[in-house]
Amino acid sequence: MKKPKFNEINKGVRKVDGLGLAVGQSRFTDDYEMPGMLHAKLLRSPYAHARIKAIRTGKARALPGVVAVFTYKDVDRIPITTAGQGYPEPSPYDEFILDNKVRFVGDKVALVAAETVEIAEEALKLIEVDYEVLPAVLDPRKAMQANAPIIHDEKDCYIDIPVPYEPEKNRVARVDASVGDVKEGVKQAAMTVEDEFENQTASHSALEPHCALSWLDDNGRLVIISTTQVPFHARRIVSRALKIPVRRIRIIKPRLGGGFGGKQEILLEPYVGLITLRTGRPVKMRLTRREVFISARVRHNMITKVQVAAKKDGELTAIDLYALSNTGPYGTHGLTVASNVGTRTLPMFKCPNLHFSSDVVYTNLSVSGAYRGYGGTQGILATAIAMDDLAERLGMDPMDFYLKNVIRGGTEVPILKELGEGPVIGQPHIGSCELAACIKAGAEAIGWKKKRGRPGGGRFRRGMGMSIMMQGSSIPYIDMASAFIKINDDGSFNLLMGATEIGQGSDTVLAQIAAEVLTVATDKIIVYSSDTDLTPFDVGAYASSTTYLSGMAVKDAAEKVKRQILEVGAHLLQAPMARVHLSKGRVIGPDKKSVTLQQIGTHALYEEDQFQISASASRISHESPPPFAAHFVEVEVDRATGKVRILEYVQAVDCGTLINPVLARGQALGALINGISYALVERYIYSSRGECLNPNYGYYNIFCTRDIPKITTIFVPSYEPTGPFGAKSVGEICISGPLPAISNAIYDAVDVRLHRTPFTPDKVLEAVQARERG
Amino acid sequence: MKKITLKITINGRKHTLRIDPNLRLLDLLRDELRLTGTKEGCGIGECGACTVILDGRAVNACLILAGQCNGREVVTIEGLTGKDDLHPLQQAFIDHGAVQCGFCTPGMIMSAAALLDQNPTPTEEDIREAISGNLCRCTGYTQIVEAIQAVADDN
Ligand code: FES
Ligand code: FES
Repeated sequence: MKKPKFNEINKGVRKVDGLGLAVGQSRFTDDYEMPGMLHAKLLRSPYAHARIKAIRTGKARALPGVVAVFTYKDVDRIPITTAGQGYPEPSPYDEFILDNKVRFVGDKVALVAAETVEIAEEALKLIEVDYEVLPAVLDPRKAMQANAPIIHDEKDCYIDIPVPYEPEKNRVARVDASVGDVKEGVKQAAMTVEDEFENQTASHSALEPHCALSWLDDNGRLVIISTTQVPFHARRIVSRALKIPVRRIRIIKPRLGGGFGGKQEILLEPYVGLITLRTGRPVKMRLTRREVFISARVRHNMITKVQVAAKKDGELTAIDLYALSNTGPYGTHGLTVASNVGTRTLPMFKCPNLHFSSDVVYTNLSVSGAYRGYGGTQGILATAIAMDDLAERLGMDPMDFYLKNVIRGGTEVPILKELGEGPVIGQPHIGSCELAACIKAGAEAIGWKKKRGRPGGGRFRRGMGMSIMMQGSSIPYIDMASAFIKINDDGSFNLLMGATEIGQGSDTVLAQIAAEVLTVATDKIIVYSSDTDLTPFDVGAYASSTTYLSGMAVKDAAEKVKRQILEVGAHLLQAPMARVHLSKGRVIGPDKKSVTLQQIGTHALYEEDQFQISASASRISHESPPPFAAHFVEVEVDRATGKVRILEYVQAVDCGTLINPVLARGQALGALINGISYALVERYIYSSRGECLNPNYGYYNIFCTRDIPKITTIFVPSYEPTGPFGAKSVGEICISGPLPAISNAIYDAVDVRLHRTPFTPDKVLEAVQARERG
Repeated sequence: MKKITLKITINGRKHTLRIDPNLRLLDLLRDELRLTGTKEGCGIGECGACTVILDGRAVNACLILAGQCNGREVVTIEGLTGKDDLHPLQQAFIDHGAVQCGFCTPGMIMSAAALLDQNPTPTEEDIREAISGNLCRCTGYTQIVEAIQAVADDN
């Protein structure tokens, strides 16, 4: 593998926004306020499914300090999707900013704007609503039954792309894709395993709750500061929802306190926009943590069925995977998360016969949306446990089973042609792939061969488990990123880009890429990102696209700027272009004479034939090179209580060149801990009426420092030829491994396979006891 | 509601204020004094984003009424930074990649600062315990513990 030398990348450069954050000076959305600012609150439904028969707002409007109250009668009826995806969205337009029907406990009923939060909350209590309570769909398995209540019986919901959408059956989407012939593959097999799994709903739990603040600027344009991962999509969706042209809207994303997919949704922007347009006043809307839990988006709960088949020697002959996806009452990301169950799972295997299918159904439970892992988490849960089982039945170590079956670099992946989100041009293929190296490195680090299959005796048993996973890097032919770079007279540069820093470090990583090309230190790059008036377009922070795709746009812009710098430098040095080069912030001529970037910047801006050295560049991606990872875990299971303790976790990751090893490790660790926490403790508890009973950190439960096991993160050397300096994505991938790895480890320890997540003590104990009873 | 008088020292500055009796310390800091470094992640004492130091101890500012702080001394993240220098914890958080989105960071640093004030040479266990009330969804905590450990090792 070629190992290029770098100056600013592949270095743990400190986060460019780290200082302001560490001293508490950086401002997040809720840290902004405007003179005369109102506060907005939504009245939320107490019922999972109901029609609003009558709604009276007189008393609320009469409360001193209340400035406006809106119900569905006060707004245009425009179907939208909050998905925050590209246009046209692959999600149905099935939501209205206010509607005469509510479809989950927490759904919006009315909107209040008042002088203070307290008055707004008081006013909510004064709104009188007569509901006609309807039967609800609280189990995805029952959603498509003939007698099921229809959640979207209105006639005006639709999807804007040519795919099946059947709201009359509560079906949001269907996916069906195959290569080869699975039946044939099963026939050739010596062993087949079939099984069913279910993963739970989960909250992103970003520490910063969703918030938006809007006002009218001097020209009467609507400005919205918001906690969004997708400023440009937010602008487009607000434009649609409020029927005002895009040119009248400016969206600004300030510092953002974590997203993980949860802030890809356009949840608040239309409401503050509506109030500001109607009242002329600034308004802020901030969700409480409780509202985040009940009304923001969650991970899709899915029931997955899988069949895996292999020959005696372990060679896979067929994989058939099915997912019944519970998208909740609105179909945001319904189709695409479902198809990613297949996309992020099947390409890893050399198997000739593959089939993936899915039904995505409406229910009256929490609204599902994008969540780090995006279907991959659900797909790997099923396949990695089934394959562990299959390997065991064949008498093979799962590690050897994987090494036999996983793809190597430079492989064509025909299933991606069937499952792709966008048009697929040519035969989809995977360039760099060090999955086998990940498996070997991880196994070695944890002592897999020595420790596996030795549970010991007595109350506490030990077990080892593993899983493998992949993600993507951007959505090919759909995602676009752009960047603009200009020089200043002191030789520094402004980098303006749409790419959206949400805590993952994109401002830093992208500045490093520009610095590498321009041969300066990263602190010479002044970053400004995500402002729809001032920065060029970018789809935003999702689909693991930023380092890869925005990185290429930044690199291209920097190359163009570099060329202009060389031209000015050559002129100043009176040397031909071909004889000058840029190194360490100087243009150097043939006789070793040189000029600095400061001289070049000053010359171009002030001295002669003045012009702004600057360039912009845009990129789309032509493929979505997957990062890969192998996870290994050692657990201890208490047979008396069912408690599972993680003793050690090793993850080996192939994400191409590490632009910033410190930040890449941070992504891998953060995703991993979220994944382990999800596997062991996090869950929504619903009442029989579909109400979330634990909408707080205390009872929902996310990991804290006490829960963190010993973790080793290994990055295997890898180089992705299509990526900027060899990079691909690392943000999402590592969240998906823990579910199956831990389930497999529990099996190794106590001989029971857990199919339903999370693996809480009650479930483990029940399984252990059931096994003892025989 | 009748206002009450509050005498309070915040980041070394004495304030005498007329406040609502039900004003939370968090709102006093963020809304009245515009010290927005202290964050609100849950409002019910479960995330630690609002951690400040009250008379030497780390507390959740969302759970304390400003009125309860009469005659007492509060330090927030803004008060930790010296005139020219960062607090060693702030520097260590930056250096060790312990800051991702940074929303939990002020609270984390305040909990860690209270710990180091009381126990300049804590064990890793002590560190984990001291910040166990501070949630972070981004980092996975490892880098945060490493950063605090590095400062402790220098003590
Ligand atoms: S905001 Fe105070 S503990 Fe969460
Ligand atoms: S850095 Fe984002 S919550 Fe801790």
